[in-house]
Amino acid sequence: MVDQLNHTTDTPIVSMDEFLSESNAIAVRIEPGEDARLLLPHLDRLTLVEVAFPKFRDGRGFSSARILREAGFTGTLRAQGDVLIDQLSHMKRCGFDAFAPDVPLNPDHAATALATWPEYYQTAADKAVPIWKLRHG
Amino acid sequence: MYQYDQYDQAMVDARVAEFADQVKRRLSGDMTEDQFKPLRLMNGLYLQLHAYMLRVAIPYGTLSSKQMHMLAHIARKYDRDYGHFTTRQNLQFNWIKLDDTPEILTDLASVEMHAIQTSGNCIRNISSDQFAGAAADEITDPRPWAELLRQWSSFHPEFSYLPRKFKICVIAAQEDRAAMRLHDIGIQIIEKDGVHGAAVYAGGGMGRTPMIAPLIKEFVPLEDLLSYLEACLRVYNRYGRRDNMYKARIKILIHEIGADSYRAQVEEEFAQVKALGIDPPRAEFDRIAAFFAMPDLDANASDDLDLSHKDFALWVGQNVAKHKAAGHAIVTISLKPIEGIPGDATSAQMDLMADLALQYSHDELRITHAQNVVLPHVRKADLFAVWEKLVAAGLATPNLDLITDMIACPGLDYCSLANARSIPVAQKIADRFADLDRQRDLGELKLKISGCINACGHHHAGHIGILGVDKKGKENYQLSFGGSGAQDVSIANITGPGFDEDGVVDAIERATDKYLAERRDGERFIDTYRRIGMAPFKEAIYG
Repeated sequence: MVDQLNHTTDTPIVSMDEFLSESNAIAVRIEPGEDARLLLPHLDRLTLVEVAFPKFRDGRGFSSARILREAGFTGTLRAQGDVLIDQLSHMKRCGFDAFAPDVPLNPDHAATALATWPEYYQTAADKAVPIWKLRHG
Repeated sequence: MYQYDQYDQAMVDARVAEFADQVKRRLSGDMTEDQFKPLRLMNGLYLQLHAYMLRVAIPYGTLSSKQMHMLAHIARKYDRDYGHFTTRQNLQFNWIKLDDTPEILTDLASVEMHAIQTSGNCIRNISSDQFAGAAADEITDPRPWAELLRQWSSFHPEFSYLPRKFKICVIAAQEDRAAMRLHDIGIQIIEKDGVHGAAVYAGGGMGRTPMIAPLIKEFVPLEDLLSYLEACLRVYNRYGRRDNMYKARIKILIHEIGADSYRAQVEEEFAQVKALGIDPPRAEFDRIAAFFAMPDLDANASDDLDLSHKDFALWVGQNVAKHKAAGHAIVTISLKPIEGIPGDATSAQMDLMADLALQYSHDELRITHAQNVVLPHVRKADLFAVWEKLVAAGLATPNLDLITDMIACPGLDYCSLANARSIPVAQKIADRFADLDRQRDLGELKLKISGCINACGHHHAGHIGILGVDKKGKENYQLSFGGSGAQDVSIANITGPGFDEDGVVDAIERATDKYLAERRDGERFIDTYRRIGMAPFKEAIYG
């Protein structure tokens, strides 16, 4: 996980418009206002989806990530932009497995942040077993 | 009351450790204030005019005597010996040092308390009926539902960076004591075919654009509730406006696209989400509900009450409500003494209320959105002893729901958002109407004051509302009538041009005089207003 902290790729990444109009690209970028569901018919040929976080306060990308994972997307899901240490845990839970932050993240701080929670209350897009399930088996 | 198991405790402890690390990084300069701000806000830490303010969560307004004692301890040790109970059923400490916050959060965690999500653009503390579990008019105790939502919403990975803050309220009684339909999501537990489920309202709120939440779904069964709310929140997270923070609440989204369109989108999302298996089993609800079982009340408690002491009888008549069990009553402790600051309590008063709860109320206290404190399970035979102790502590003002039982935000005395002071206006009004006979003659009259347009003082929901604004560098107070946060929910209307501090007190007096002249049998101020309309009041005030 922490290996993917400052993720790079040589694969060309196209915009949603480009991807949906003609391209046979295998990597696409979703801006906050764009609808991740439009990608669902094409998930099998995508190897990477980059979700843009132009401002860390804009949390739409968290929903985009979950929608893609819930629909079965298994490729790389990358959070790009104003990605902060203290958001990593939530992002991972929403299905992100790679990060391309504007400001490189300190691996030690990131490891600490990712280890914050012993368990989780809710089911999300990661494999974590929610607390209610731990309680009741 | 709910009690943490090892999982709940571990979550809160983890949060304390995380925040201690964040404070360290902020103090060392590793983090900018801009980056630190959303993190401290999710731990209830605001920067106010003079100091940091820490807002402690009191989930659905319920706390034990041990927890209340801890609040008193924090007030003494880290603040100026008092705290302020808020309209969100929380407690604010107004004079906190940043360096002390990890220690304070550690103290809170030792009694199963925290400041998690008491601010920030996330799902806030779940609010509820302060009489829950005791009210004669409830179909069930709403708090197990609220606790289920507390756990679901805590550190929610998808909904921690919403367009704006998000407030959820759960009630289960006929009477709405919690302003349910003025929340982002309001839930009323109802019964259908012998089964309890949630009627879900969404898109209510106050602020600069007050709105009453429309009904979105008539009945959501327990086994679908979290999936349904997840769908509600996801639609909001994706489509709520982010271009203008004043238009970012869910009420604006629902107003702009319409309740039908919002409902359709939620249904579509729900169909996806329901398949994910995110709803806990019934056994988890039952586990939670067991903590809220009625305490072991005295089955032989008598309904007899000696009301020969006049002041005691007045207090019983005003501040004591019907309990669902025979021989018991619900006591509301007024934090609105005439010379006081609405909602404030000293550490000594907190300690006393905690002691009374332990001795007389099965170790339980409640905080009300009107900034008072409740002892929910008191034997009628103990009421006199409770009252005597409250009198000695200055806590027996018999003014519940009367004009001096005001809601007031901290205003410009503390808050960096405020345009005007709320506290001095509240005190002047209380002073003007101090005579108890006069207050009682005016009857139920809910007066609510906000020091700015954000409406923390619920002025839109006041029978009489006051909004403080800044008019060319001077504090100016706009007056409005006809609001209600109860089951007869309505938004107040502005009377006309605003007033200065003394002017608004005079205007209120002219309006209440008009009410006394116009009222018919049994009519409250708001009933008369609704019947005769604004014009006669306007003439009385400005004429």
